[in-house]
Amino acid sequence: MVPLAWYLILSAILFCLGVLGFLIKRNIITIFMSIELMLNAVNLTFVAFANYWNQHAVAVSDKIVPLSGQVFVFFVMVVAAAEAAVGLAIIIAVFRTRETLNVDRVNLLKL
Amino acid sequence: MVHEILFVIFGLICVAGAVNLLVQRHPINSALSLVVVMASLALIYLLLGAEFVAAIQVIVYAGAIMVLFVFVIMLLNAGVEERSTGSKVALLLGIPGVIVLGCLVGWIMISNNQRLGGIRINTADFGDTHNIARLLFQNFLLPFEITSVLILIAIMGAVVLGRRSS
Amino acid sequence: MTDTLHLWVIPLLPLAGAAINGLFGRRFNNAVVSAVALLSTAASFAYALWAITQALHMGLPYNRSVATWITAGSFSAPFGFYLDQLSIVMVLVVTGVGFLIHVYSVGYMAHEGGFYRFFAYLNLFMFFMLTLVLANNYLLMFVGWEGVGLASYLLIGFFFLKDSAADSGKKAFIVNRIGDFAFLIGMFLLIKHFGTLNFDGVFKAVSGMPVEAGWGLLTIIALCLMVGATGKSAQVPLYVWLPDAMEGPTPVSALIHAATMVTAGIYMIARSNAIFSRSPHALEVVAIIGCITAIFAATMGMAQTDIKRVLAYSTVSQLGYMFLACGVAAYSAGIFHLMTHAFFKALLFLGAGSVIHALGGEQDMRRMGGLWKKIPWTHAVMLTATLAIAGIPPFAGFFSKDEILGQVFSSPHGSKVLWVIGVITAGLTSFYMFRLYFMTFHGELRLGKVDIGEEAHATTAPAHAGHGAAAHSHGHGDDPAHGHGGVHESPWVMLGPLVVLAIGSIVAGWVGIPAFMHGSNNFGQFLAPVIKSGAPTSPTAMEHVSEAAGQPREEQPENPGEEWALASTSVVVALIGLLIAWYLYKKRPELPARITARMHGIYLTVLHKYYIDEGYGLLFVKPLLALSTVVFWRGVDQGIIDGLVNGAGSASKGIGGELRRMQSGNIRSYAAWVALGGAAVIAYMIWMGVGK
Repeated sequence: MVPLAWYLILSAILFCLGVLGFLIKRNIITIFMSIELMLNAVNLTFVAFANYWNQHAVAVSDKIVPLSGQVFVFFVMVVAAAEAAVGLAIIIAVFRTRETLNVDRVNLLKL
Repeated sequence: MVHEILFVIFGLICVAGAVNLLVQRHPINSALSLVVVMASLALIYLLLGAEFVAAIQVIVYAGAIMVLFVFVIMLLNAGVEERSTGSKVALLLGIPGVIVLGCLVGWIMISNNQRLGGIRINTADFGDTHNIARLLFQNFLLPFEITSVLILIAIMGAVVLGRRSS
Repeated sequence: MTDTLHLWVIPLLPLAGAAINGLFGRRFNNAVVSAVALLSTAASFAYALWAITQALHMGLPYNRSVATWITAGSFSAPFGFYLDQLSIVMVLVVTGVGFLIHVYSVGYMAHEGGFYRFFAYLNLFMFFMLTLVLANNYLLMFVGWEGVGLASYLLIGFFFLKDSAADSGKKAFIVNRIGDFAFLIGMFLLIKHFGTLNFDGVFKAVSGMPVEAGWGLLTIIALCLMVGATGKSAQVPLYVWLPDAMEGPTPVSALIHAATMVTAGIYMIARSNAIFSRSPHALEVVAIIGCITAIFAATMGMAQTDIKRVLAYSTVSQLGYMFLACGVAAYSAGIFHLMTHAFFKALLFLGAGSVIHALGGEQDMRRMGGLWKKIPWTHAVMLTATLAIAGIPPFAGFFSKDEILGQVFSSPHGSKVLWVIGVITAGLTSFYMFRLYFMTFHGELRLGKVDIGEEAHATTAPAHAGHGAAAHSHGHGDDPAHGHGGVHESPWVMLGPLVVLAIGSIVAGWVGIPAFMHGSNNFGQFLAPVIKSGAPTSPTAMEHVSEAAGQPREEQPENPGEEWALASTSVVVALIGLLIAWYLYKKRPELPARITARMHGIYLTVLHKYYIDEGYGLLFVKPLLALSTVVFWRGVDQGIIDGLVNGAGSASKGIGGELRRMQSGNIRSYAAWVALGGAAVIAYMIWMGVGK
């Protein structure tokens, strides 16, 4: 059997790669995709732990925990969808005004 | 044994896809790499026995959200990424910070490896759609309804933002 | 013990007058202001008289504490008032002479601006001075001490728009402060060793202590107190403020710098006679300083040309005599001279004010002359006062000065050398006072006709211009032609007090006619209990003390022949001074110019007061100013304190400026900071033991 730690390490690697993508990339859309990558990594953590608790649950009331882990993943996906829709709409709007997708050009909010 | 091999294969595919996302210069390549990552993640979910989650991962994430991304990339005719230096802070401080973060988390996991224990491919009552649906519409009904409102708002927002100002 | 006399009323009445005049006087006219001031002073005098008669029946000393002021651990200081023979003399002098000077001021200051302010300050001074002499503990006395210094500052700088007046006020206050510092140290030593500052407590504790042979505790305390008295009573080396204090109006000079405030030091020493009598070294120092001051000031008085400055140096010299008296433990002789000096010195100053008023603001004696015909009353009283101060019998000054000189000669603490110097000083006193008299009243009026030399003009110009500016509103200005009617006698409101003081200058000495002149020395007898209570009674090398343990020193049966010889010597010396002055200034008035021309260097040195002021300036003032400017102002205040405050501001600004760069508008740098922060938080959590 696969140790839980491996799943978690995979999730951590994906998350860090997502953050690195956020930091390195200059295209707004690519940055957005890095965000989606981060969300996916978190989803993996949730599901891994849901499975874990399913095996190691002690009390009767804990039976709800493994399933609610997956339900949470469901909600994360819903929110990610909504966020992606709105975010891309914003990107389109920004593109219309600034004519660029380079995030370094969109820096008017500086002090 | 099989479980482990499968996990390693799909994990490597995930990581490779993620790295490719970083490396590619054209956003469409990055998008397609992300689709690969999501697909392999769905397979890992299946390994964990969460079939419902795997299904909606493919349907919603890879099928809807990534398609939306690809639409937008094509709509905006995003080209190859140009080189520009924006923030030195991001490169000098951020990358080490991320690496440190990753190492720390990894170190925690590894040091607690024994205590955490292992995963088996599960019994049927784990990822059963039936059970999840019961949970969703009974215990988590309120959040469910709120997410539907959330989606409504997102639709309205997207429509308003995407409208061409006339 | 219930308080039936309520001595606190005596100081408080002038305080009430000061408060009324100070707060509301601006709206009153001159008549109301003077009425308030005169009434409060007269009421204080009358009440004092009543209280004294009551107290004499009840038995002295009368010591009552009205309330407790400070209680700190085992130390407590009350608001308490003390009436014994010494304070009776002082109270009567202060209120009596003070009242007369108030009356005089009504006339003298009639045309000055700030009339109400003057009388408010004057009454305030009376309050503090009465507190000083009536207090029953050193702390309350110190309150009065400081308060009279404050009043002196206010009154010297009364014409505050003039720089020299304001500077003189500051100088007086600061030089006094040096003495006050020593006084404070003396008080601290008293608290430490005796645990109390009350007179009866301290003196009772001291009376059990023997006479000190060397430099013990009592000597140190006495020396500290003496330095305080040096500052207040203008002795060497802290006398420099008194001549400059003549910038103030003349009644101020009369009241504060002749009759009352400067005598506070003498009073304090006399009050502390228990301490001083037990420390021969301190007495020596007091005597030597008094003697040096007397002769030193007399030499400076000989060369001055401003009439008020001559009188100022004369005051310093006479205070030296009083100090000398206390220094030979002849305390009652010192107080006797204090009393007579109050009369004739106040009279001299007020008379000089009358002369100045008559001449329309002229203060330089070289431009006066021939006034005895024009202002006869002023002339008469000034002559009386000059005779008194020169020590010609039967005027008051003779008896008191002779008493002092006799004690200096014969007392166990005295010495022949001091006596010789004292006699020489008496001669000098007579000389310069009669010089003043002859230059002012005899010869012919030189107003406007004499060309004054450069250097002398420089030293007298400030005082001169001061009064000129002050009298400007009078319509006088500096021009010799008087605004209204030439040289004229002063009004009766000014002459009245002069006459009363003149009578005092004549008869005040008669209360102290010594035994060898077939008097009964009532004054000495009166003050005897105060001195006796302080005199040491343990057998020492001084046989006089042990044999006359119950009698004050002044009552020693002396050799009458010796006494007559001493008295005649001082009279003869005084007459010699008079003759020389008459010769030089009346008979052959061109001689002084020839003499000074031949002794030009010495003359200039004396005229410039031995350059002591300049010396002090170089030695103390300049370095202190430099220290203050460079170290304290630029270094501490601007550098450190402002630096801290401004630094805090600019540091905030700097930090803000640096932090502002985080808000770059660049999304990636925001993400970087978040990642960094996340790493830090997780690291912290691991360190806290979360992952274990």
